[in-house]
Amino acid sequence: MNLVLKDVRHSYALTEVLGCVGLALPAGGVLALVGPSGCGKTTLLHLCAGLLDLQEGRLDNSFVNPALMFQQPRLLPWQTTMDNIALGLRARGMARADARAKAHAMGAVLGLDAEALAAYPHQLSGGMQSRAALARALVLEPDLLLMDEPFAALDIGLKAQLHRLLLRHQAEKGTAVLMITHDLMEAVRLADTVLVMAAGPGRIVHGHTPAAPALARSDAMVYHETAELLRVPAVRAAFGLDALLDAKACGADEFAETLPPPNARVLPLPLALQAGDATPTVRRMRCG
Amino acid sequence: MLRLLARVLRGLPGYLWSGWGACASLFLLLAAWEAVAAFYDPLILPDPLGAFAALWGLVEQGSAWPALAATARRALMGLALAVAVGSLLGLAAGLSVTASVLSRPLVTVLLGTPPIAWLVLAMLWFGMSDGTPVFTVFIACFPVVFASALQGTRTLDLQLRDMARAYRLPRWMALREVYGPHVLSYLFPAWVTALGSAWKVTVMAELLASTDGVGAALAASRSQLDTATTLGWITAVVGCLLVVEYGFLEPLKREVERWREAPR
Repeated sequence: MNLVLKDVRHSYALTEVLGCVGLALPAGGVLALVGPSGCGKTTLLHLCAGLLDLQEGRLDNSFVNPALMFQQPRLLPWQTTMDNIALGLRARGMARADARAKAHAMGAVLGLDAEALAAYPHQLSGGMQSRAALARALVLEPDLLLMDEPFAALDIGLKAQLHRLLLRHQAEKGTAVLMITHDLMEAVRLADTVLVMAAGPGRIVHGHTPAAPALARSDAMVYHETAELLRVPAVRAAFGLDALLDAKACGADEFAETLPPPNARVLPLPLALQAGDATPTVRRMRCG
Repeated sequence: MLRLLARVLRGLPGYLWSGWGACASLFLLLAAWEAVAAFYDPLILPDPLGAFAALWGLVEQGSAWPALAATARRALMGLALAVAVGSLLGLAAGLSVTASVLSRPLVTVLLGTPPIAWLVLAMLWFGMSDGTPVFTVFIACFPVVFASALQGTRTLDLQLRDMARAYRLPRWMALREVYGPHVLSYLFPAWVTALGSAWKVTVMAELLASTDGVGAALAASRSQLDTATTLGWITAVVGCLLVVEYGFLEPLKREVERWREAPR
């Protein structure tokens, strides 16, 4: 089973949002698409999910059981959290009682207690709503999980918790994950393959493969690799970092000093840290 | 079903208790009526007790119930027509941009035309039959229901629609669990508003164009300068509306819209 895109292009009216994108996601793989806002990430994901029709190129999706998690929780306000989680199961014809039992179990795994499950979405905090949305996707035991910046609105503590829960589930079930994010560090933390996209029209400009398996990555390694990735000229161009530095050169932006310079060197980590020591380190950069 | 019953019973004491506030404000109104009545001749404004006694007299005489039943029959027939036609047409119009753009000014015209104007037309068309009040009620309630149904369909959440598609909800399930509740949350308040105006418009139509019903009785008591009986009838009409509103619609609304309760 795999998902393969070849030369995919997409336009809204006269605006080309995707120009010649190709990628491959094998079963059990985790692929992160990172890019600035408006680079066509969401369009690409909606194409993969079948919410948009393919205009040009090839898209072969042999996964049979995909699930999609949106940027917002998108829970039905008139159903309890438990019924929201059970929605996908019932859409597949499972009886309500069985679907609720499964939803209950999945809710427990993701930290939703009986009270939260009986509540309506508006009674839950944003973090709890995200958990419910994640549970709604995972309870289907998908072989492909498509995620559209699902954790973008959460604080770093909640984000870290949900990252753990997702990675554990992924490792256990061997789910393939295609996730979209504009957060490089999130991509480096979760993915086997990080693809960086640039806008105008959307295309893939850089690929990166983090070293260790996702669950074994320490914070230090993630910070280090993110910093490394930020040095790559194509990545800097995609996020418009160099344009800001040019502004600094012209004296237009007095705060440009705070940006990482293009020729900064990331000092190699001490060996102990690379092996998975959890002590946080400060990213060090030096003008060379 | 049992669970529903248990929930309703559990909510009952709280609901009844909240009724004290409503009672208090109604009694304040009666007190104000009594106070004003003390200054005026009973021919101008009899006191509440006088009005209630007149109403009780009508009940004992046996003329109250048939009149109320006739009025209720006409109001409900007109309302049922307006709800059925208005909801269906509104939903259908909401599905098409052209239809909703075309129908919006028509709704404004219908809403802006005074019911009394429709009543005059209805009297010309239907004479003294039941058709006159029923038609007037229909035409007065229809635009309210239609506009809400239109609004409900137009505001269907595209995000939830995509969600329903991504999770492959079968058509009937999407209708029942995604679109239905949304449209209903617009329709239900409109139906309640329509019921209130149906009741009022029927009495008005009967006053001018019927030989029975509360409106006709009001016309008779007015011609006899019997203010106490007039106020008795008014009390009966308002009382019926209060009973329907707080005894039936309000609890129903609480049950249907439980998901909207204020955040904890």
